[in-house]
Amino acid sequence: MKPVFALIVALLASATHAETLRMAVTTSFYNSGLSEVLLPEIKADIGLDVELIVVGTGQAIRLGEAGDVDAILVHARAAEERFIAAGFGSYRREIMYNDFIFVGPLSDPAGVANAQTAVEALQAIATTEAPFVSRGDDSGTNKKELALWALAGSPPEGAWYRAAGAGMGATLNVASGMNAYTFTDRASWLNFGNKGDLKLLFAGDPSLFNQYAFIPVSPARWPHVRNDLALALEGWLTSEKAKGLIDGYTINGAHLFSFNAVTP
Amino acid sequence: MNGFWEAWRLIITLDADLYEIIFLSLQVTVTAVIIASVIGLPMGAWLAVNRFKFRRYVIAVLNAFMGLPPVVVGLFVYMALSRAGPLGGFGLLFSPAAMIIAQVIIITPLIASISHQTIRDLWAEYHDLLISMNATRGQRIKALLWDGKRALLTATLAGFGRAIGEVGAIMIVGGNIEHATRVLTTAIALETGKGNFAFAMGLGLVLIVLAVLVNVLIHIIGKTERASTW
Amino acid sequence: MVSILPLTLTDATAHMRGKKLVGPVSLTLAAEGFTMIIGPNGAGKTTLLRLMHGLQRCTKGTVAWAVPNTLARTRQGFVFQSPIMMRRTVVDSLAYPLRLRGMGKAAALKKATSCAANFGLEGLLESWAPMLSGGEKQKLSLARALIIEPDILFLDEPCANLDSRATREIEAILQEVQARGTRLVMSTHDMGQAKRLAQDVVFMLHGGVHEHSQADAFFMAPETREAKQFINGDIVE
Ligand SMILES: Nc1ncnc2c1ncn2[C@@H]1O[C@H](COP(=O)(O)OP(=O)(O)OP(=O)(O)O)[C@@H](O)[C@H]1O
Ligand SMILES: [Mg+2]
Repeated sequence: MKPVFALIVALLASATHAETLRMAVTTSFYNSGLSEVLLPEIKADIGLDVELIVVGTGQAIRLGEAGDVDAILVHARAAEERFIAAGFGSYRREIMYNDFIFVGPLSDPAGVANAQTAVEALQAIATTEAPFVSRGDDSGTNKKELALWALAGSPPEGAWYRAAGAGMGATLNVASGMNAYTFTDRASWLNFGNKGDLKLLFAGDPSLFNQYAFIPVSPARWPHVRNDLALALEGWLTSEKAKGLIDGYTINGAHLFSFNAVTP
Repeated sequence: MNGFWEAWRLIITLDADLYEIIFLSLQVTVTAVIIASVIGLPMGAWLAVNRFKFRRYVIAVLNAFMGLPPVVVGLFVYMALSRAGPLGGFGLLFSPAAMIIAQVIIITPLIASISHQTIRDLWAEYHDLLISMNATRGQRIKALLWDGKRALLTATLAGFGRAIGEVGAIMIVGGNIEHATRVLTTAIALETGKGNFAFAMGLGLVLIVLAVLVNVLIHIIGKTERASTW
Repeated sequence: MVSILPLTLTDATAHMRGKKLVGPVSLTLAAEGFTMIIGPNGAGKTTLLRLMHGLQRCTKGTVAWAVPNTLARTRQGFVFQSPIMMRRTVVDSLAYPLRLRGMGKAAALKKATSCAANFGLEGLLESWAPMLSGGEKQKLSLARALIIEPDILFLDEPCANLDSRATREIEAILQEVQARGTRLVMSTHDMGQAKRLAQDVVFMLHGGVHEHSQADAFFMAPETREAKQFINGDIVE
């Protein structure tokens, strides 16, 4: 057993390098590809290695609660506020927003493309009972979708409503396979490689704006977290440099994120 | 099929990121296989050689653990290694060490169980001789492991095969962090999630080629599968 | 070094799942000699040898050596009816019993090499033991049992399956070993062999020792009708 223990200790030692911050981010943020632009700049500007744990908002918040990450970057306001109220997060700093969209079959049997509001779009799908795939994974996107259903008046039920219980990419794969409607963030959609017969059908309603917030995990609750690094990262994320990179980020010419951090 | 060729282009051009992923896959799995063999092989031999009251139950539990879903193991290891868990103080979560621990738990029962079957047959053959030579318990286990080494290599390779292709557990405990804990299988899951099926397939083929290469290499080193010996 | 002999069996009996296999046997084996165990198939020859060697436990009675059992265990050899070959080369198989006793690798290999020469195995040192011919396997078994220079050697039909040439080779080795003071106990179905080698004969029948006498006396004038029938090659009931 001795060599085994030595091996584990050796790996342990190699696993903990110096200026590294761990941040839980949502799949939708990661899939946008923005992190690939930001992380090298962060490394160059402030010498910080940011390790991203890519999960749904629900799991990201739980990782923060357990003290397994130093900060979280998520988009589910109510859950974020509960997280802070319970003492796990120091505070919430809004960074940027993007938007959610409805995608569905080219033929658009529910006529979603003609809807005036997001709620109308959902009502059209419910009325025609056209197949709809939900993430059903307690993520920020999922929470947003369920909030919209609540506004639409009818809880989604029936064989036409499928909860995939999966991340955004997997859910899009299911929707593509079933030729069904689904609710997604714009970034995941633009980067998705298996669109099949799916098409962007509805976007632009202000209720679909998707606010991202940065929350450092509270050092009072978890003394081992690297709060100093989290503060450094927050400083960078709210800087003019970050504003330029975030606002300037495009996929196939399409603009994705709008920087809206308030700088004092 | 652009993504598919992209995967192979990355291999041929020695793309640093891809080789980092391949190297980490091998590092994690090989370490896990070594640890699991150090535990599992003597454990299998010990179970074959000793008769004790709860032996049947231990073997039954071992066989049941072979079928344990990796995701459950991952969850269990996550709970244990999380800062909020009993072993949180080590700060091992989302590190290669955590992935190794999960894989060791997944493949040790497999290696122990296969080696138990192999050693049991060899023990039936050697029993009278080793008793007659007055070999101690430890010497018996050593002789069985040594003389059964070629068959035991199969147990080890079965463990390697299961570990290198495992995704559920290491995704949870490793976190699939780029440049830190991303391995071939978690990269494949990620690309599949992005709908990049072709690229995911390319990575999948890399994984298969890697597994075949390791097996062939081990057989060459171990001089097994030759006509003159078995 | 004092011998572990004599060996004394007192009402030694072996049962297996309630069925009696052998016994009760009472017998004393002195420090020197060549005892031949004969009897029809299933008479209990193998079981009696295993009982003496400690491979099979007495369910009744005792098997006692002149020295404590832990010491006696280290000074015996056994050649099995069907050879058990380790998955090793000939030289490694021969070195193994020495290595078990803590001899260094180089010394063990050296002794194994010279021992192999005594048994005509010098050309097969690097051969894979399980691939040897039946005669070679039996010679290797014998060499492996003798390499530790035991006080007593048990042999269970070592020449079954061997041709007469190989049989004679083994017999010559056994006579030499006996001359050097090793106690031999052997079972056989070959009456000629028994006559050539035995000093005393144990005739077994239905799990018991039916007759035990000096070899000359036994073959010239057996005491029992069954022994006479057996020597003549008739079927013994
Ligand atoms: N492990 C065992 N379980 C049950 N019965 C056994 C066992 N070993 C031996 N026997 C029985 O004990 C009896 C004596 O067997 P043993 O092998 O000692 O005979 P043997 O004299 O050596 O015969 P052979 O000349 O055929 O070798 C036989 O009836 C055999 O079936
Ligand atoms: Mg027999």
